[in-house]
Parts: sequence; C-alpha cells; structure tokens
Amino acid sequence: MASLWRYVLAGLGLAALLAGILAAVYLTAPQAPRLASSEIARSKKTAHGLFVASFEPERGAIRQGELQSWLLTLKTGAGTPVEGAAITISGGMPQHRHGLPTSPQATDYLGNGCYRIDGVKFTMSGLWQLHFAISAAAGSDTVVFNVLL
Amino acid sequence: MSRFSRLLALLAMAVLAGCGKPEFSDAEKKTIASLALSALPPLKTDTTNRFADVPAAAALGSTLFFEVGMSGDGKVSCSTCHKIDRQFQDDLPQAVGVGRTNRRTMPLAGVAHDPWFFWDGRRDSLWAQALTPLENPLEQAGNRAAYAHYIKARFGERYERIFGPLPDLSTVPANASPLGSDAEKAAWNAMSAAQAEAVNRVFANIGKAIAAFERSIAPPQTRFDRFAAALATGIQPQGDDAFSPEEILGLKLFIGKASCVTCHTGPRFTDSSFHNTGVPPVANLPPDRGRIDAVRQVEADPFNCFGAFRDGDASACGELRFMVKAGPELVRAYKTPSLRGAATRPPYMHAGQFSSLDEVVAHYSKAPTSVEGVSEVHPLQLSDRERGAVVAFLKTLAE
Ligand code: HEC
Ligand code: HEC
Repeated sequence: MASLWRYVLAGLGLAALLAGILAAVYLTAPQAPRLASSEIARSKKTAHGLFVASFEPERGAIRQGELQSWLLTLKTGAGTPVEGAAITISGGMPQHRHGLPTSPQATDYLGNGCYRIDGVKFTMSGLWQLHFAISAAAGSDTVVFNVLL
Repeated sequence: MSRFSRLLALLAMAVLAGCGKPEFSDAEKKTIASLALSALPPLKTDTTNRFADVPAAAALGSTLFFEVGMSGDGKVSCSTCHKIDRQFQDDLPQAVGVGRTNRRTMPLAGVAHDPWFFWDGRRDSLWAQALTPLENPLEQAGNRAAYAHYIKARFGERYERIFGPLPDLSTVPANASPLGSDAEKAAWNAMSAAQAEAVNRVFANIGKAIAAFERSIAPPQTRFDRFAAALATGIQPQGDDAFSPEEILGLKLFIGKASCVTCHTGPRFTDSSFHNTGVPPVANLPPDRGRIDAVRQVEADPFNCFGAFRDGDASACGELRFMVKAGPELVRAYKTPSLRGAATRPPYMHAGQFSSLDEVVAHYSKAPTSVEGVSEVHPLQLSDRERGAVVAFLKTLAE
C-alpha cells in the first residue's frame, strides 16, 4: 500500500515539474512583433518637428488584401493646417525585405490639412511601414508610420 | 482505501496527460481559421465586365473554352492546356499549344479573386487575359478578325442574344490583327478605324464570355478545411479529418518558423502579389525577368482597365492606377500561386523547375540567391523530419 502512495506522490511531483517547465517555455517563447503603443501611433511629429502628421484609414477598419484610401492630416506645431503640400509615399515590410504591393498616391486635398492617400494595400499580416516625404511652404520633412496587421 | 488510492493514481495520470502543451496557441488558431476555405469572401462583382454574372454569357464562355475551332490550326482550345479533370492545368513543365511555350500552365481554381493574371501579372482582368492565348503564336495562334468571323458563323445567334447585334463583317479581311504575322498586320492596318473597333469589340466580348465561365471555377473543400472547421468549433477532429502528429508539425512550421504563410496567406494560400523567391531559370529558355517586364505590357494593353472596352467607370481601375511600376523587387518576381491542390499537380513553379514537393521544400530550406534581383526568402535550415512534415501538411490541401 505504502509503495503505491509513493508512486502517486512521485506522479504528482512529476506533473508539477512538467507544469513548471511548460510555464517557463510559454513565458519565454518568442512573441509576434509587439510594438510600444507610441510606435504604432496614428499621430506623430515629423522627423525634424516641422509638422504634426496623423494617418488613418478613411473608412474605419483596415481590410487585408484590399485597396483602401487613408487620410494624412498635416498641421504645424501651432495647429495650423498645412496646405498645398507635395507628398510622396514609399514603404514596405522591414522584416520581409519587400516593398509595398501598390504605389499609393496623394490624390485629393480635402481641406483643413487633410490629404487623401489612395491605393494603399496590405497583402499580409505583420508589421508594415509607410514613409511620407512631405514638402510644403514651411519646408520639407519626413515621417514614418507603422501599421500592424 | 485501495479505491481511494486508485482514484488518486487516476487523477495523477489525468493531470499528467492534460498538462501536455495544447496543440495550437490562440494566435495559431486564428491563423488557421484565416486559411480555411470558409474564410473565402464571395467573388466581387467585376464592373469592368457587365456580362461577368450573366448565365448565358458563362454558358457561351464555357463552349468557347473547350472549342478547338478557336485556334489558328483548329486543334487547340483553352482546355488543351487547362484540362478540366486536371485542376485546369496540364502536368507539364512548360505548356504546349500550337508551339511550346516558356511557362507552366496555371491552374484556375479561384482565379477570379485575383487582381493580376499570368505568372508575371501582365493582364489586369480575367477577360483581357483570355484574349492573350487566342493570339499567342505558341498557344492558340489565331487572329481577332478570324475569331470574329468564326463567332458569326458558328455562334452568331447565341452571341447576339447576349451582346446585341454583331457588326457587318462582310468587308473585314479573313485574317487580320495588330499582333499577327506581317500579312495580318498589313491587313489590319488597311482596315478602317470603325472596322477595327468593331472587330476589337467582338474580340473583347469573347474574353468577357470566357471570363464569366471562369468565375465559376472554385477551389473544393479539402481535409485541411474540415480539420480547420473542427478546430474552430473546439471539437476534436474525427476520423480522417484528424491530423497526424507529422501533419500538425507541418502546419505549425508553415504558419510559424518556416513563414510560408507570409506569402501563401488567406483561404487561397496566396497574397495575389509578386515575389522573387530565388527559383532558378530553366536552361535553354529565353530570359525571363518576371514582373519587371510585365509592367510595360499591361500598360500598353488596349484591353486594360483604362482602355475603351471596359464596362463601368474607371473607379474599378485602382490596381492598374496604383501599380508598382519600378523597383528592384520586381526583378524575377512571380505571382504567388495558390497551394490548394498543389500536391497532386506537379511540376512546380513558373517554368516547372521542380518536379516534386520535396524539391520545393528543399529549395525553401536552402534559399539560394537569385540569378537576378534579390530573393525574399531566407535559409530555413529545416531538418529532414521538418521538411517531410511541411510536405505532409501540403498534401492535406489536396485531399
Ligand atoms: C498552350 C497552352 C495554353 C492555352 C491554349 C491556354 N493557356 Fe492559359 N495559361 C497557360 C500558361 C502557360 C499560362 C501562364 C503563362 C504566363 O505566365 O506567361 C496560362 C495562364 C492562364 C491564366 C492566368 C491564371 C493566373 O492565375 O494568373 C488564365 C486565367 C488562363 N491561362 C486562361 C486561359 C484561357 C481562358 C484560355 C483560352 C482562351 C487559355 N488560358 C489558353 C497555358 C495555356
Ligand atoms: C516571399 C514569398 C513566399 C514565401 C515566404 C513562400 N513562398 Fe512559396 N511561392 C512563392 C512564389 C512567388 C512562388 C512561385 C515562384 C516561381 O514560380 O518562380 C511560390 C511557389 C510555391 C510552390 C509551387 C506551387 C506551384 O503551383 O508551382 C509551393 C508548393 C510553395 N511555394 C510552397 C511554399 C512553402 C512550403 C513555403 C514555406 C517553406 C513557401 N512556399 C514560402 C512565394 C513564397
């Protein structure tokens, strides 16, 4: 009888050990790219602080694999809308060394510093980067937005 | 007491068994669900082809797809290469029509979901695509004037019920095309602008009918889809739907460490985009630079979305308008093929470079550099067991 108890206890001990190992493995397992919320911010200062830029999908949600239009809004530090800006867009997936599947363009000025960026498409989940080169009366500057799908 | 201790022993065993790592993490389950056929959205209407969902057009398109009369030598149809009982492909490394082509025949299941057609995407609609083999001297080797005459003679009534009256072709030469032989080009150039436009219109409508038919070619349910459906509802997959440990490992590698899913994504296992994956060229074939050379071709195609034969308005032309036109990543970039059914239709790649899935997976594991441009895939160093597991998983997409 006593020997059976020993087996049971050993079994339980073993189970606890296994649970511990598994917990350790889970907690240290590599995670999908996770960025600080500041890095996927939809609004930020441009590289040299010339403008404050915000970037968001025109119609709410991001849909993978579909052409969508986004809005880039440009204000000066003082909050004045930036008009007549020339904008060029590039980007890609830094982790996969490939560019964007489309070449998005600024197609319309909607007023109040807001530009429509059309032809944006994200073909896969993961981290995407969009680089904007902006040139306006106040000068030229760049900004990078991260989009995580 | 003995009953109590037996109970405890049982409990200990249950704890031990239950402690095993759950088969899939929540993130993996989410990815698996996104690959299931049930996640495939319904086909979008193609506003550039107002006959795309007209049943009579699809029926005529189906007739034309199998019609060997639709060729220069009267022997080749679309179905010569796109065989209905072979997933609409022909099992050859390079397709053979009137002549031998330089590329492998692409299977057609689900093709209507794509924005670009051919390995290099040199056409931007299914109906514009269909016109290309009809005039390619290596494929069907005909010419558009002859096709217009042929339609009038053989299918005039059916055509007119769908597309309206055929034009007067009595003064149109028997053989003429801007892309044909010197004689056909000369005949084409001698035609009036109105005649050329009328023939082009009939030609475009042939493409629109065939495209309507092709929209019905859908990928079938597979063992993977039944497995994924069970996993999504939390039921243990039963019988044949259950995956072996090897298949589970393969699936985990596919969506994990081997990162196949970055390109072979979504329910068709393709991002519908173009990538250089370092697949070597075939000796003795003309140079093939993939997407980079296709950009000019699709821009120059009179049947593209910006052209005069599009139905609806230009808002449907976003893909062409925002197309990437230059850049090193387009060199030797090819369209990511769907992997559904791939296991039962070797050979693989744009010119049939690999004859088995083992060779394909060995290629990804080594990831050789590209002869031109830069390969996007990185060496995976998969073990023999892991390579076998990926192949085992790919087979579940063809059962
Ligand atoms: C001689 C064999 C042959 C014939 C005949 C042929 N095809 Fe193809 N098909 C191919 C090959 C080869 C490719 C890939 C060619 C390339 O990328 O340059 C292809 C590609 C395609 C694609 C693109 C699929 C994709 O995923 O992008 C479609 C659609 C298609 N063919 C439909 C047709 C239709 C419709 C016809 C008849 C009007 C036809 N084919 C006639 C061999 C053929
Ligand atoms: C960077 C994008 C990318 C990644 C990552 C990728 N593939 Fe591919 N795959 C492609 C492209 C593009 C082709 C066609 C290449 C060609 O024809 O030159 C292809 C072709 C294939 C084919 C041949 C299908 C056919 O019909 O010819 C198979 C099978 C395949 N891939 C499986 C895999 C597996 C398994 C992995 C992971 C180990 C993987 N792929 C990773 C883009 C990718």
